[in-house]
Amino acid sequence: MSLFAQLASLTVQAGNGAHHSDAQHAAQHAAQHAAQQAVNWSEHLPALQIALPLLAAPLCVLLRRARLAWGLAMLVSAGALAISLTLLGRVLALGEGGAISYHLGGWQPPWGIEYRIDALNAFVLVIVTGISTVVMAATPRSLESELPRERHYLYYAAYLLCMTGLAGITITGDAFNIFVFLEISSLSAYALISMGRTRRAVTSAYQYLVMGTIGGTFLLLGIGLLYMVTGTLNIADLSERLALVGANRTVLVALACIVAGVSIKLALFPLHVWLPNAYTYAPAVVTAFLAATATKVAYYVLVRFVFSVFGTPLAFDELHLDALLLPLAILAMFGASLVAIYQADVKRMLAWSSVAQIGYMVLGLALANESGLTGGLVHLFNHALMKSGLFLVMACFALRLGSTRLEDLAGVGHRMPLTFGAFVLGGLSLIGVPMTAGFVSKWYLVRGALEAGMWPLAAAILLSSLLAVAYIWRVVEVAWFREPATGDLRRAPLSILVPAWILLLGTLYFGLHTSFTVGTASAAARLLLGGTP
Amino acid sequence: MIRHVILRIVAKTLIPCILLFAFYVQFHGDFGPGGGFQAGVIFAAGIILFALMFGLPAARRVCSPRALEILISLGVLLYGGVGLASIFKGGNFLDYSVLAHDAVHGQHIGIFLVELGVGLTVTAVMIKLFFLFAGRKHIL
Repeated sequence: MSLFAQLASLTVQAGNGAHHSDAQHAAQHAAQHAAQQAVNWSEHLPALQIALPLLAAPLCVLLRRARLAWGLAMLVSAGALAISLTLLGRVLALGEGGAISYHLGGWQPPWGIEYRIDALNAFVLVIVTGISTVVMAATPRSLESELPRERHYLYYAAYLLCMTGLAGITITGDAFNIFVFLEISSLSAYALISMGRTRRAVTSAYQYLVMGTIGGTFLLLGIGLLYMVTGTLNIADLSERLALVGANRTVLVALACIVAGVSIKLALFPLHVWLPNAYTYAPAVVTAFLAATATKVAYYVLVRFVFSVFGTPLAFDELHLDALLLPLAILAMFGASLVAIYQADVKRMLAWSSVAQIGYMVLGLALANESGLTGGLVHLFNHALMKSGLFLVMACFALRLGSTRLEDLAGVGHRMPLTFGAFVLGGLSLIGVPMTAGFVSKWYLVRGALEAGMWPLAAAILLSSLLAVAYIWRVVEVAWFREPATGDLRRAPLSILVPAWILLLGTLYFGLHTSFTVGTASAAARLLLGGTP
Repeated sequence: MIRHVILRIVAKTLIPCILLFAFYVQFHGDFGPGGGFQAGVIFAAGIILFALMFGLPAARRVCSPRALEILISLGVLLYGGVGLASIFKGGNFLDYSVLAHDAVHGQHIGIFLVELGVGLTVTAVMIKLFFLFAGRKHIL
């Protein structure tokens, strides 16, 4: 802008001298004005994190051409990743307990909506935008076989809206805003799931819609009750006022509503029924995206409400949340893993395995000590990487074999060695073999269990990992030791294979270099256990 | 229903009034009860009444599916665009005060534009939903 003003003043100076001083004065004025108006975009990164994908979604609809829409979505997704990485770097540079606050519309919190970024949600933002970018790279090739090309632009619009919603839930510091973004992400997720190849996709999207709406309603009820007790919706303000109110019945009901509502979105064990169908029948890339982000963000919401809003003393010492969550987590770890062993479809097996892995994360939350919570949060990151990678591998199989059923995978280890190699790597990480990311998170969970003095819990974590060995081994056995079907198979397309390998090599990398994941997660855990954010 | 004279005449008289009332609710939203959402629903109700009277094909000629899609997108873009414009003007996202030289004017313009965006999107979404359900040949 100031360049413009200088140019203007140059042209004016070059002009005739009659109004010389007058014109010069005007130009100087313009330059001053421009300098005043020079926008410092980096201040507005929190708003742009949400606004860019939100505005790119309608642009995708306007562009209409599948290629163009994909290009825009890819660009915006990568931009969002860059923004979230910048924000994470900035938050970590602020040191322990530091937070970035952005006031939407210039209204001061607690009255206005505040975006508040601390170590915890900066970390989750990186996961959401990162997975979104990698999956987006694999999308066009995989989607071609599942959705007519002329409807792709709607897919990209829904995808960007879903990402907007998930990032919005994560970034906002306002409880009601969480609900609004939850609805944005959920509605677009239903649309994405219903785009699957078979009719079953529509019914499973509908099932998810019914469950998700009930979950959203409970969450809203809980937030409403909290508002009734405290008169505020800002999370930081809520936690201060709630500590003064203490544990009365309204607060108890609010906690119950919020935990029940979020648990549905999280697919915590008895409330998980929507998940296997939704993940199985959704388009392959949608599953890869949602499995790594939607339930993770729900976990974040649970963590945020339990630790930041209610606080450890209220939630655990007075209202005994751990007495509810610990058994459910253990049931999820064992029950869902057992069901996974008996699945005939590998995609469905991975979906059940997701339910089990959510159990591990909730276990970390319920332990409510630093190691446990660190384990839960690290597992959030690691599991996002491995599940997203594994579902991309499923996308390769679906594309080349036309199916992900176990019997169709016979001998696929020889026919598609690179693709299946990626599956084995992800499987090892899912089991928690040392040197993979899965090991790191389980290590912290076991440490948390031991620190809490609950050694049977540590044993349970190890035993349930054996169940993961069982269901991964079934696939490995069929794919490597069964006679392959005849006929040549082409290698999976690189545009899906490379993203899958990036994610799964990521699990290997973060299994060896834990400073980023564990460092950020433990900073977040200390922040959460230290009281108010 | 085009052959029912009374229905047709009543509808023909009502539809312009409904559309006009929608505009009133839209532009009166800054001063009193009303706003983009309500106005959008009322406007869409006018079009839906038209579709009920004169059939879906006639209504589709008035608002083609592609035009609806564009309107839906434009509404969101207008809303978000106001947000970006307030950043350009040196304020925070959606800070209307900076949109004009004084804050009151700015708030006025900001709310007006944002509500217009809401109105556009809601109108188009409502009509689109009606078309989708009305145009469906088979039940799942």
